[in-house]
Amino acid sequence: MFLSGDNLTGGYGGADILHGCSLGVEKGEIAVIVGPNGAGKSTAMKAMLGMLLIREGQVTLDGRDITSLTPQDRIAEGVAFVPQTSNVFTGMSVEENLEMGAFLRRDDFSGTMEEIFTLFPILKEKRAQLAGELSGGQRQQVAVGRALMTKPSVLMLDEPTAGVSPIVMDELFDRILEIRETGVAILMVEQNARQALNIADRGYVLVQGRNRFTDTGEALLANPEVRQSFLGG
Amino acid sequence: MIDTINAFVLFANFVLVPGLAYGAQLALGALGITLLYGVLRFANFAHGDTMAFGTMVVILFTWFFQQNGITIAPLPTALLAIPIGVALTAAVALATDRLVYKHYREIKAVPIRMVMASVGVMFVMNGVVRFIIGPNDQSFADGLRFLITARDFKKATGLNEGLAIKMSQALTVGVAVLLVVALFWFLNRTRTGKSMRAFSDNEDLALLSGISPARVVAVTWIIAAGLATIAGTLYGIDKSFKPFTYFQLLLPMFAAAIVGGVGNPVGAILGGFVIAFSEVTVTYAYKKFLTYLVPTEYAPDGLVQLLSTDYKFAVSFIILVVVLLIRPTGLMKGKVI
Amino acid sequence: MSNSLRAVLGFGVFFVLLFLVGFYQSWNVMLAIFNLCLISGVMALGVNIQWGYAGLFNVGIMGFAALGGVAAMLTSRAPVASAWQAGGSNLFIAALVTLIVIGLAVAAYRKIRPSPMKSLIMVLIIGVGYFAIRTYFDPAVLAIEADNPAKSGFLGGLGVPIIFSWAIGGLFAAGIAWLIGKIALGLRSDYLAIATLGISEILIAVMKNEDWLTRGVKNVSGLDRPVPYELALQESAWFISQIENLFSNRLDGLSEAGRELALRGLVVEYSSVFVKLCYSGLFLAVLLTVLLLCVLALASPWGRMVRAIRDNEVSAAAMGKDVTRRHLQIFILGSAVVGIAGAMLTTLDGQFTPSTYQPLRYTFLIWVMVIVGGSGNNLGSVLGAFIIWFIWIEAEPVGNWLMQTITSTLEPDSGLRRHLLDSAQHMRLFIMGVVMLTVMRFSPGGILPERTAAR
Repeated sequence: MFLSGDNLTGGYGGADILHGCSLGVEKGEIAVIVGPNGAGKSTAMKAMLGMLLIREGQVTLDGRDITSLTPQDRIAEGVAFVPQTSNVFTGMSVEENLEMGAFLRRDDFSGTMEEIFTLFPILKEKRAQLAGELSGGQRQQVAVGRALMTKPSVLMLDEPTAGVSPIVMDELFDRILEIRETGVAILMVEQNARQALNIADRGYVLVQGRNRFTDTGEALLANPEVRQSFLGG
Repeated sequence: MIDTINAFVLFANFVLVPGLAYGAQLALGALGITLLYGVLRFANFAHGDTMAFGTMVVILFTWFFQQNGITIAPLPTALLAIPIGVALTAAVALATDRLVYKHYREIKAVPIRMVMASVGVMFVMNGVVRFIIGPNDQSFADGLRFLITARDFKKATGLNEGLAIKMSQALTVGVAVLLVVALFWFLNRTRTGKSMRAFSDNEDLALLSGISPARVVAVTWIIAAGLATIAGTLYGIDKSFKPFTYFQLLLPMFAAAIVGGVGNPVGAILGGFVIAFSEVTVTYAYKKFLTYLVPTEYAPDGLVQLLSTDYKFAVSFIILVVVLLIRPTGLMKGKVI
Repeated sequence: MSNSLRAVLGFGVFFVLLFLVGFYQSWNVMLAIFNLCLISGVMALGVNIQWGYAGLFNVGIMGFAALGGVAAMLTSRAPVASAWQAGGSNLFIAALVTLIVIGLAVAAYRKIRPSPMKSLIMVLIIGVGYFAIRTYFDPAVLAIEADNPAKSGFLGGLGVPIIFSWAIGGLFAAGIAWLIGKIALGLRSDYLAIATLGISEILIAVMKNEDWLTRGVKNVSGLDRPVPYELALQESAWFISQIENLFSNRLDGLSEAGRELALRGLVVEYSSVFVKLCYSGLFLAVLLTVLLLCVLALASPWGRMVRAIRDNEVSAAAMGKDVTRRHLQIFILGSAVVGIAGAMLTTLDGQFTPSTYQPLRYTFLIWVMVIVGGSGNNLGSVLGAFIIWFIWIEAEPVGNWLMQTITSTLEPDSGLRRHLLDSAQHMRLFIMGVVMLTVMRFSPGGILPERTAAR
């Protein structure tokens, strides 16, 4: 797979949180990690980003072993990450937020910015406004836009729909589908499991840091055991 | 009518003009403190002594230039020495960061440890300055002293009161305006400046965007050291240089930064002027001023001084306390560059 | 090396060095150093309570020590009746007006709902109140300061034995600490540092300028003593006979005249040693009491809670501990101990001189003591105080000697040499700063680290 983590075991320095967990995503695909609270969903994603102490297992990007790279190095390699909270520069304008996303790029990135404005038209309208003054849904758009500025090959989203209204959530998922069409590999952690699996090409159900179910989104939605235990019937 | 104008000129001469110059000096110092706070997240107690160090370097080179007949009259020779002072002070600041503060960043120490380390640095710097130039007053101002003397003003206007504008005061305000414009251009228009703001705004996200913390920290130290050196030199030309006075400037500078909202550069400038004007207006003796304004029979007997000049720190302190009690975030919302 | 071994070794080395000073320099010098070591020990304990127990960074130790000094002066000095007569009534009215203004301001602040009107009323109360106070205060000050200015010119104090001032100094410091703590604790941790720095500068400014209260820079000398005077001892038959007995073998075999002279010399020298020993006894009693209380407190449930708060404020607060209240308590306690030490110091000096309060000596040096000794460890702070004070005193002759040696190759009256010799004293600052930074960096626990469960 394009980005894959195999048999990951490790934690934040104390006890292990992941126990031989495996994840992956192909280009042009959406992979979703779901599971109950405390299952290690976000931790698994952070392991892919290099923010975890991995004792066993490896992470590969396009066939290359990147297990020993720091998060900053991985970002330079084309991995982008949108944290769940404080994911915008609140004191900077929307446009400056996007510019900071492109910080590593030395070329002209005005084209990319235009693409992002096409994807999220509201951002163009509010480009001069401070990101901290935007609504929750708009902030999430800024956050995703900032991450896309590096033209990443992998986009990781940590609960992008946490705390936004159902309408905004649907809209965000639509955008994420659009981003997939550009050939980006998308890995995301979601609390709203049912909606997320609906758009997922690949789904991972984690329980206590271990893979419980791995299948296509469709199949997982159809699986009665998954429905019973994780999707509330 | 003429009395009212006299009163106003008197007030301008003793309060407005000196307050403006002092405010500009404090604002430059407070800007350094606020930038350092925004990026490194600690209150730098060594800032007053960094100022003293920078000014000392400027003074030494000014003397050197003066001895060799290199002057730029009517401007003070010190201006010529400022770039050297800035460069050396920035180098010292970077070295200090490398030797002292970097360690605490790496082990993610609580901010108060950094504050404490800065107190240690403060005393080391203090010792160095006293060792090299001694603890006494030093004068190094030369060139034209007054742009307008009180006598010329009186002659030109026919008023009783004169308005003197010192070269140092005009220079202070002019340099401060230039520096502030340059700084804001840097922070808002350049890539490095924006990355500094981003780092101060949200450190984790800045790292995720590929902003190099080492570079941001280094640039911040250079700017803070530069501002401190220039502010100190302007203060020294305007008043005089004495290491202990510079240590004592720490309190009004902190007050300015906090009153304005820590981490907020606009706030630091505003705070600088708030503190400076409060200090000057509260310690000014209004006897003469009032004598012009009220009928002779009501003229005051006393000095009509709200607070003796010995208590000028108390003014900054009281403003600081009032702000902490009423609006702990400061006048402008703090914590973001 | 275990902590107790380190402690024995540390204090052992210190006392050997101290003894060497006594042996080679003089017993008087040794005791002078030791007395200040004891006072520094108390001060360091006060700072350790704040920093070691609670992580509170007090940069205004100087101010609290000076408050103790004022207390010593005000407690022991007899009241000056003529000054009270000259300005007492006005001063009393001024105090009354101050109370009324504060009362009104507090009432207005609490009762009136927030609005521009409220701010206006507040400003009006404080503004008018200020002038009202000054109307009575200014003439009182003028009258008091005009009363026999060369010798007195101030109100004097209570005229009770100076030993009581140690407690009063603690109370003064506690009062100011309460005020500062109320304002700055609970805000970001560096605000306390800034606030204490500010208040200490202001306290010193007040002491230097309010002549009616403290005589300002004219100083108050010849304070009362809790121990006998040297001159009185030298006249006392009891003391002379004691010395005669003590040194009988040295005095025996001398001629009558020689014996008389030698005895006189010994009596003079040892009267001073005796006085210093009396002070040592008193200071040691205070130090041991404070140390014992500190150790007991730290081991008590209260001490465990305090350390829990220091180590993790968030979780302690989540468990329902009132962090700010606890911090206020600790800040007041620590400041009070510093105040006690300040009063002891002025008692030892026998005079109150506001201009000697320098942040380097009274704030910074104490910090170096606590950090070098071991922050969080009471015995460590005391050991740090002993060692650092010893170095601070003995560094001067050593530093001068070093500079002499370094510059000995230079022309005797070259400018550089003179400059270096003059500046040698400032090297102490530099060295102490480097010591503090080095210990913080490489051995954050100090000589006697705090014993903590493995974390």
